[in-house]
Amino acid sequence: MRLVVDLNRCQGYAQCAFLAPDVFAMHGEESLLYNPQAAAEQRQNVERAVAACPVGAILLELTDEDMAHLPAPDAVAGSGARPGGTR
Amino acid sequence: MTGVGTHDGALERLKRDGRIVVVGASLAGLRAAETMREKGFAGSLTMIGDEPYEPYDRPPLSKQVLLGHAVADRTALPRRRAIDADWHLGVPATGLDMAARRVRLGNGDEVEYDRLLIATGVRARPWPNEEEGALEGVFVLRTRDDAEGLQRALAAGPRRVLVIGAGFTGSEIASACRERGLDVTVAERGAAPLVGALGGVIGEVAAEMHREHGVDLRTGVMVTGLEGGPAGRVRAAHLSDGSTVEADVVVVSLGAQRNTEWLAGSGLGAGPRGIACDAGCRAFDIRGIVTDDIYVAGDVARSPHALFGYQFLSLEHWGNAVAQADTAAHNMLSESSDRRPHLWVPAFWSSQFGVNIKSVGVPPMGTEILFTQGSRAERRFAAVYGYQGRVIAAVTFDQCRWLQFYEQQIETTAPFPPPFSTVDRRPEGNKPVPADFPDPSVPTHGPTITLSGYSPADRKMTFTPARH
Repeated sequence: MRLVVDLNRCQGYAQCAFLAPDVFAMHGEESLLYNPQAAAEQRQNVERAVAACPVGAILLELTDEDMAHLPAPDAVAGSGARPGGTR
Repeated sequence: MTGVGTHDGALERLKRDGRIVVVGASLAGLRAAETMREKGFAGSLTMIGDEPYEPYDRPPLSKQVLLGHAVADRTALPRRRAIDADWHLGVPATGLDMAARRVRLGNGDEVEYDRLLIATGVRARPWPNEEEGALEGVFVLRTRDDAEGLQRALAAGPRRVLVIGAGFTGSEIASACRERGLDVTVAERGAAPLVGALGGVIGEVAAEMHREHGVDLRTGVMVTGLEGGPAGRVRAAHLSDGSTVEADVVVVSLGAQRNTEWLAGSGLGAGPRGIACDAGCRAFDIRGIVTDDIYVAGDVARSPHALFGYQFLSLEHWGNAVAQADTAAHNMLSESSDRRPHLWVPAFWSSQFGVNIKSVGVPPMGTEILFTQGSRAERRFAAVYGYQGRVIAAVTFDQCRWLQFYEQQIETTAPFPPPFSTVDRRPEGNKPVPADFPDPSVPTHGPTITLSGYSPADRKMTFTPARH
């Protein structure tokens, strides 16, 4: 999966670092570092982080590999891209 | 009928089977293409990029990637939607024929357009001495390839890294080196790091951060030459104060240059300071007349901003690329009465030495600065910049949640010094001090906002006459 965090919008609430610690990490008090291409196994954690971000700063795109991994019942068939955050 | 032009069907035809070409396949180009498709553009979309990679994100390159938390070739940007484009990657655009509406490519191909979006961005300013710059171990940092090479060089455990230039990128590189336990010297021509972007008062705070983290910071000096060893590897740098720094890795971090050379002679208002455009992202030609089919977005654009005296601003900001691309795409596919101005309030962030630095507004316009909240000593504060009695910008160190408030203050042209008494009883009181920006006529590298005058046809600096 590919992700990008709008760090203008990020306010360091650290919900993502709590829910997906292998992908997001706080660096100091309020700086966020993240892995822009997390492994497919992280999908559930990352989706939780996207949903939990109070400022909606995380944009996530699931790739075909992610769709094959852990197929969720609510996944839209054939949809390769899915916005995880809003502008 | 709502007006002439609305119902002649031209816009519908453009949306149905027009040809849109986007030059520059990075953040701005990608986001613009996505917006065009979202708005129902069904014609042909061509994306041209000089790097052989699909659009990727650059901010991680000087942070996560140098720290080894992420890999340089895995920062491709997530897509908001499929854009169904014809991609020309690894091929630079080399020319523009405005009359024939054609873009010339480096491989000899030509692409015709009905609407053109230029988002060619900036590149790292190279070391002025080409021979020295070509020495092994000398880097710049802008692209994915740059980051990969630098990361590898840092992982090899150099004895000392020299960073030339203490703007945001240079400071972030120095920070990453220290975190990796590498000895690092930073040479900065100005009086302190970040002075061009944030002024001398904040620059002094930045200088303390460098020194406390063990950076050998040398300010007020220039690097006069790089010296190579017998194997063509860089070995040392000579400084203007007569000293020599021995280093196996040198990172040249002297700011950016706008990618506009390919437009020389085209008749477009493009030059070293970028491409002038109106508030609706339409490019000006060299006569100062706005074009109707050529749009600009991202780092390469300079556009007038109502909040900042209609000065032309060039913004090397991630958020500006996203917002301006969106506006440009919207306007490219709209009747003139439906077009929107690009009125994004400048904002950026930097992460260095474990501190989150964020800013809104245009700090270099500020003549005075006032710490309004928090503690300078603890590196946790908000400070506002004043210009002619109003709040023009704000900066926070590890206090980003206050920025929204200051953004409102800027948008509403709130008075400076701020009349509200702060939550803190500050020992020094509420007295503004000079913001201490360097003389604007002396070029500095590293300001992420460039104020570039009023006139789109300012002949003093913009136009390079064609030689062919």
